[in-house]
This record gives sequence, structure tokens and C-alpha cells, in this order.
Amino acid sequence: MGKDGHSRRDFIQTSVRASLFIAIGGLGALGASRATASHTVWQIDPFKCTQCGRCATECVMAESAVKCIHAYDICGYCDLCGGYLKPDANDRATGGENQLCPTAAISRNFIEEPYFEYVIDEALCIGCAKCVKGCTAFGNGSFHLQIRHDRCLDCNECAIARVCPSEAISRISIKKPYLIKGKFEVIPSVEPPKSSSKK
Amino acid sequence: MKILMKIVLVICLMWIVMPVSGQSQARFPKPEFDTGYVQPDPSTPEPRALAMDYFDVFVLILVLSLATYFAIRRRSRGGILLLSVFTLIYFGFFRNGCICSIGAIQNVALTLFDPNYSISLVALLFFIIPLLFTLFFGRTFCAGACPLGAIQDLLIFKPISIPVWLRKGLGLIPFLYLGLAVLFAATGTDFIICRWDPYVGIFRMDARFIMIVLGVAMLLIGLFVARPYCRFLCPYGVLLNWTSRFSKYHMAITPSSCINCKLCETSCPFDAIDIPQEQAPASARQSDLKKFLVYLLIIPLLMGAGAFIGYKSHVFLSKAHSDVYLAELLIKHPEVKNDIDNLDVQAFLSAGETLDTLVKKAGVIRAKFKTGSWILGAFMGLVIGVSLLAQTTHRKNDDYRPDKGNCYSCGRCMDYCPVEK
Repeated sequence: MGKDGHSRRDFIQTSVRASLFIAIGGLGALGASRATASHTVWQIDPFKCTQCGRCATECVMAESAVKCIHAYDICGYCDLCGGYLKPDANDRATGGENQLCPTAAISRNFIEEPYFEYVIDEALCIGCAKCVKGCTAFGNGSFHLQIRHDRCLDCNECAIARVCPSEAISRISIKKPYLIKGKFEVIPSVEPPKSSSKK
Repeated sequence: MKILMKIVLVICLMWIVMPVSGQSQARFPKPEFDTGYVQPDPSTPEPRALAMDYFDVFVLILVLSLATYFAIRRRSRGGILLLSVFTLIYFGFFRNGCICSIGAIQNVALTLFDPNYSISLVALLFFIIPLLFTLFFGRTFCAGACPLGAIQDLLIFKPISIPVWLRKGLGLIPFLYLGLAVLFAATGTDFIICRWDPYVGIFRMDARFIMIVLGVAMLLIGLFVARPYCRFLCPYGVLLNWTSRFSKYHMAITPSSCINCKLCETSCPFDAIDIPQEQAPASARQSDLKKFLVYLLIIPLLMGAGAFIGYKSHVFLSKAHSDVYLAELLIKHPEVKNDIDNLDVQAFLSAGETLDTLVKKAGVIRAKFKTGSWILGAFMGLVIGVSLLAQTTHRKNDDYRPDKGNCYSCGRCMDYCPVEK
């Protein structure tokens, strides 16, 4: 009787194990049929971004993995830079009271009359998007946010993507891990204002 | 020069006021420089290479194999201990706790329910491989390959034994957690397992304040209640428990035959050792049979009640989805449209989507929640019923053996066994 009982239990064990094996295998096969072999990473689509400022605070890193980058390709090198200067700035100068950036991460370098180059010190940038807002509203939008892959932990679910009000963050292919304006979409050339570039 | 600058500025200003027809239009074209200025490129640091992710899978298989070897072949607690230190350092502190098998449940759930979602192969492998190992060798994953298990295991200080009723009661939480995680993942709402992982903040040395508090609290509780997350929260543990019960080569306390010396009786910090049981007397078996029948009959009732509660809570649960939340907010409080500080509403308005389409989208999601919630409720009823049912069966047991479902194969008990091979 005992032996019978044991063999019956063994039989149940074996058959359940076999069915579990098939179930896990089936799940694996189903998953594999949908799996992407190409790896993906989180990135911000700068054209969808509404500069809400959540990137600075919602990232799992205390200093966000999102930082502002400068797409020099589409920068107008303006003297009156909406991303650098406060809207009510006293002066178009580098004085701290004129700067929009809360951490003074942007430096303004004179190139030639009347152009200035703006360079972001990434170590200082906190990804608050204040300059992005300014540049997008008044300029070409060459300042824009990007997830920096040297800092991003590639979380299973991006904490910023979850709260992004404009659904600008999604996974993109690792082969092109950045969506940088100008490079990532060719800007159709508008008719240049006759005098602004050259006289 | 000054005059020239002024002209430029005026033109710049004119361009500002002029309406911009598209986002991709440059208001101020890039100048051509006379001074030979070379435009720098924005730096683009490369992400971690894909090969490294597959290396993680390789490490997982290696660690699992070693843990299995130490638990079953070598019977070495020391080996498992070293392995869990390695896992804590590699998967925990070095890899920052992501990707992990526990969180991969959600990726798999999303794959099953969203045909547009494509799971990453690494996440799939992290989900499948430990289950397969467990099916044959027991929960050696928990013993040595899980960073969450490792951090808790290494901090067990003075474990207390938890009464059966409390253990079984709290043991229902993982089922609910698993069900909710699948529901939220399947509806594309949220990955709650990742979001409320109490230890990931410690691995990263960085998290929201509330999560740090939770993580430290869990570690402190874990000094006395061994592996509190594994036993009373871990949703992956539910799946491992099921598979481990049917594992073929589960580790044993004794290398040959048990001499009932009782030395191992209190060695398990997780109360996962089945102690010898006499065959119950006939009268007790009679009353157990009655209880068994009663419980069997009330299972449908429990499931019905669960389904009802689930159905009733679907409206509440669905509010976790941002679309449902936003649609409800806009309908109930249309005045939020004027609130410029409400980022979600402002982003929605500026995107130019109509309220109708949003409501439609929200309706689809709520319908999914409706189905999912009652199934979840019925499932919880079934779980409660079956665990009641399990209380009425007493299996005759001659020796001390691990409770295969709950045993983490940590190997502590093996050190106490005096029997030589």
C-alpha cells in the first residue's frame, strides 16, 4: 500500500512537473516570438517634450540622468538668447542676475560680431529645462533635453516616462541612442531673413 | 558695429513675434562665420553595450548553476554564502538591481496582453531561467542568485519563529501583489514591482525619501523576521513556490537517512522545515474530512465574493492609469483647464487631442480593468480557499525534511545534520 501510495505520488509529481515544464517552455516560446533581439534604450523625443520640468525631479537618480544638450547645428548663435538670458534681463551680459540657468551651467562665449556660442557644462546641468523652454519659445529650440546614457540606469520602466505629460519618452534602438535635433531630423531650410546672417 | 548689432536684434525680435508654422523651422538660421569658428558636436556618451546584457544572463546561469551545485552536490552553506555576497555586489550594487527576475514578471505579463509590446530577450531569459532551474533543483535562485534575497539573507541577525496562522495569513500578500502587478502591467498602467522595490534604493544608494525609509525599515525588520520581502511580498516567490513543490532534485537536510536527532529543528530562520508527523488518529481524520468538504464547498463562495469585490474596485484601480485619471479630472473639474500649474492638463491641451478621444481611450482601459479586477478577485478567493483546504490535510512524515515550496535552499540546516554520507 505504502509503495503504491509512493508511486502514485511520484506519478503526480512527475506529470505536474512535465506540465509545468511545458507551460514555462510555452511562455518562453511565446515571449521569444515577440522578443526584440535588438536592444533598446530610453530617450526623449525633443519635438514632443513640453519642458514641464519633471525630468529633473522624477528620475530615480537624485541628479537626473536627463540633461540639456545643445544641438549646435540649429543654433542661431543669437546675442539675445532666450535660453541664456532671463526674459526680463537687465543686460545681455554674463552677469549672474541675467542668467536663466539656476546653476549657471551655460557659458556664453563671444565668437564674432554679433554671434555668441553657448556651451553647457554638463556636470552642472540639472535637467530643469528652463533654458529649453526659453530657447524653444524665443529661438530655434537648439537647447533640448536628452537622456544621457552614461548616467541612465536603463530601468525596466523609466520613472520619468511614467509621469511625462506629453508621452515624449519611449524606448528607441540602441543603434541610434540619441534624438538630437538637426541631426535626427533634417530641418527644412526656411527662407533666411535677408539681413540677419550676413550683410 | 553697434548699429549692425541693433539691426540684427530688431530682426531677431521681429522673428520672435512672427508666428512659427512648424516646430522644425529655424527662426534664426545658422550664421556663416568669418573667423573660422568650428561648430562643436554635442557629446553623446554611448549606452552600455548589448553584449554586456547577455553577459548578465551568462552570470545568472553561472551563479544559478553554482548555487545548485553548492546546495545539492557539495552541501556547502559556505559556498552559498559566498555566492550571495557575489550576487549582492554584482547584481545589486554593480548592476543597480535592474534587470531582475522579479520585475521581469511585468514584462512577460505585458507581452501576453499587449500584442504591440516587444519584450527584450534579456528580460525574458531572466524570467524563464530561474523558473526552469527551480522546477528541477528547488529555489536555489533565492539562495544565491537573487540580489534582493542576498541582501536580506546576509542581514539575518536573530530570526524569530512566526506562528503558523500569521505566516499563512501574511503569505497571502504575495498572491495579491502578483495579481495586482500583472493587472497593472497588462493594462499598461504601471510597473508596481519595480516602483515599490524596497531594496533597489539601497543598491543605488539613491532613491525617493519614502523608498529609503521603506528600504531601511525592511532591512531592520529583516534582522528578526528573516527575509521579510521573500516570504511576505515577493510575487516571483509565488511562481517559484509552485514550481519548487514539484522539483525533482530538491536539496535535502540529511545526506543519507534522517535519524530524528532534532538538531536541525530550529536551524531554519524561515520556518520551512517539516517536522515528523504521526499518522493522525481516525477520529481526527474524520473531522478533517468534514472540514475538507466544507472548505471545498465554500471555495466557490469565496471566489464569488472575491470576484464581486474585484468588480467593485475596478473603477478605483483604473484611476492609476494616467489616461483614466486625466479624463475623469477633465470631466469632473473642467475648470482645471485654466490651471496653468497642472502640467498634465496643460500638456494634454497643447497636444491638441480632443476630450472625446481621451475619454474613449480611458474607456478601453477601464474595460480592461473591469475584466482583470474580477478575475483577480476570484483568483484571490481561490487562493484563500485552497490554503484553508491545505490546513485539513496532514501527511504522515517520518523525518525532518525541507518544505519544498517555502525552502530557499540556503543550506543552513545542512550544517546542523550530524549524519555523514
